[in-house]
Amino acid sequence: MSALPGFALVATSSGVGGLLGQPFLRNAFLAGTAIAAACGLVGYFLVLRSQVFTGDALSHVAFAGALAALSFGVDPRLGLFVATIAVGILMGTLGPRGQADDVVVGSVFAWILGLGVLFLTIFTTSKSSADAKAGVSVLFGSLFGLSHDQALVATAIALAVAVAVVVIARPLLFASLDPAVASARRVPVVSLGLGFLALVGACAAEATQAVGALLLLGLLAAPAGTAQQLTARPYRALAVSCAVAIGDMWAGLTMSYAFPHLPPSFCVIAVAAGAYLVVLAAKRVSRRLPAQA
Amino acid sequence: MVLTDVGAGLTWNLVDDVRQLFQFGFMVNALEAGTVVAVMAAVIGWFMVVRRQSFAGHTIAVVGFPGAAGATLVGVSALYGYFAFCVAAAVLISAVPHSRGKAFSQENAVTGTVQTFLLALGFLFVSLYRGNLNGINSLLFGNFLGITRGQVLTLLLVALGALGVLGVISRPLLFASIDPDVAAARGVPVRGMSLLFLVLLGLAAAEASQITGALLVFALLVMPAATAQRLTPRPLLGGAIAVALGLAVTWIGLAVAYFSPYPIGFWVTTLAFGAYVAAALFTRSTTGTGRAVGVRA
Repeated sequence: MSALPGFALVATSSGVGGLLGQPFLRNAFLAGTAIAAACGLVGYFLVLRSQVFTGDALSHVAFAGALAALSFGVDPRLGLFVATIAVGILMGTLGPRGQADDVVVGSVFAWILGLGVLFLTIFTTSKSSADAKAGVSVLFGSLFGLSHDQALVATAIALAVAVAVVVIARPLLFASLDPAVASARRVPVVSLGLGFLALVGACAAEATQAVGALLLLGLLAAPAGTAQQLTARPYRALAVSCAVAIGDMWAGLTMSYAFPHLPPSFCVIAVAAGAYLVVLAAKRVSRRLPAQA
Repeated sequence: MVLTDVGAGLTWNLVDDVRQLFQFGFMVNALEAGTVVAVMAAVIGWFMVVRRQSFAGHTIAVVGFPGAAGATLVGVSALYGYFAFCVAAAVLISAVPHSRGKAFSQENAVTGTVQTFLLALGFLFVSLYRGNLNGINSLLFGNFLGITRGQVLTLLLVALGALGVLGVISRPLLFASIDPDVAAARGVPVRGMSLLFLVLLGLAAAEASQITGALLVFALLVMPAATAQRLTPRPLLGGAIAVALGLAVTWIGLAVAYFSPYPIGFWVTTLAFGAYVAAALFTRSTTGTGRAVGVRA
């Protein structure tokens, strides 16, 4: 009930060693690290391409997909990936030049969220009342609830997404910063945009398992924003974004372990938002000081 | 639920069905609250779509969730939590400097981060409250049960105040929304206008959250307005269509939700989205380029 037992455990069992002694924490750290790395990389391009809203919409599609799969009795991860990747590509084709329009995205996404609520009701009324938590864990994640196998699968997929982003990083960067010149140089701007949205979809499905559908936007946007404040060079920013995301994840998980009544997803997001805020404030102060002198 | 035990259920007699809707006090309250909310959300939503601020509107609404959860944790009515947090979020968003036309949009990253952090905060409040987990779903996805007379009155007063202010500033606001540079040159206080409008948007989002929940405000705030703009670029006619659509969606949604086991959020979003798709198909088939005010080259 109180924060004390958990805190005492951390203090006595010699830091990191004790932290990783718990199997559920090992799983959370393993999957969390890979997912954070993927989110940091994908998130950087998402923010660079001003597609944060699309990421937000996809995250809510994840909710509907997972609950649809649950209410049909299928593995929720299947529903997650099918829904997010399909909708990611669909939104890319709807909007001009692979970038979707605000109102269209918003409307589609609100309706899909409505469908998610329908599936949630079907699922919770057809199954036993113990399943009422399913909706909450899809929305807000269940990092500490991952089994070893689930953690391994999540890690493998997240690493694949991260590698894919690194592979297409160079042309994608060109296409994002100057689409007109890039297409003149025969960079396939449209298919890169679509491929990127598919990666965002896969990343969203992954992150839903970690921090939940509602909170994954923070893991996509905050590290990327932080990195952009720290350095203007694209490749360095990409690496920093990835590192910041992993750091946020580790700090958040440790914090949640130290204070048991703080949910892990809250801690991860709180750390990510806090780090971004600190960097923003520091940047603003350092920019203002020379001007006054 | 309880409804099917008490009411006679759905019959083929439409008059009986409608009479049944007005049989219970909670349903009358819900219909009245829904009416107030639909009108306000449609009008303010129309300006929001013109100003292309639907992301901001969504964020403001989402912020209502920790407000409502926090209010429940402290033991206050969730309505006050919605109002306090939505308006605070609106002021905060307007404080972030705009970066129009830049490749890297810091504004979006900040908005997204703030939004997610506040959702996480809401989740924290709900888990600290340790109450019924279904409560979280009604805060997020709407619940028309349990709206009191007092709340209906509060909703009405806030809506009248907000619409009154909007009526006064509507002309300069529209000017500033369509062409901010020219409006600023003509002496329209574009920045002040923007702040004031975001506060109004905060109030509208808070009211809509009461019916649709924090996550589904798009159904009342964006979709009727976007549908109206698909159909006509004229402000007065567009506003009227948006209000009519908002009312129809809310009334039909409430009625269907009353008779069916599925939640109001699903019905309201489905109806509103259906209207939007129908309008999009209709304008595409008749004119080919049925895009309206908000879209500039």
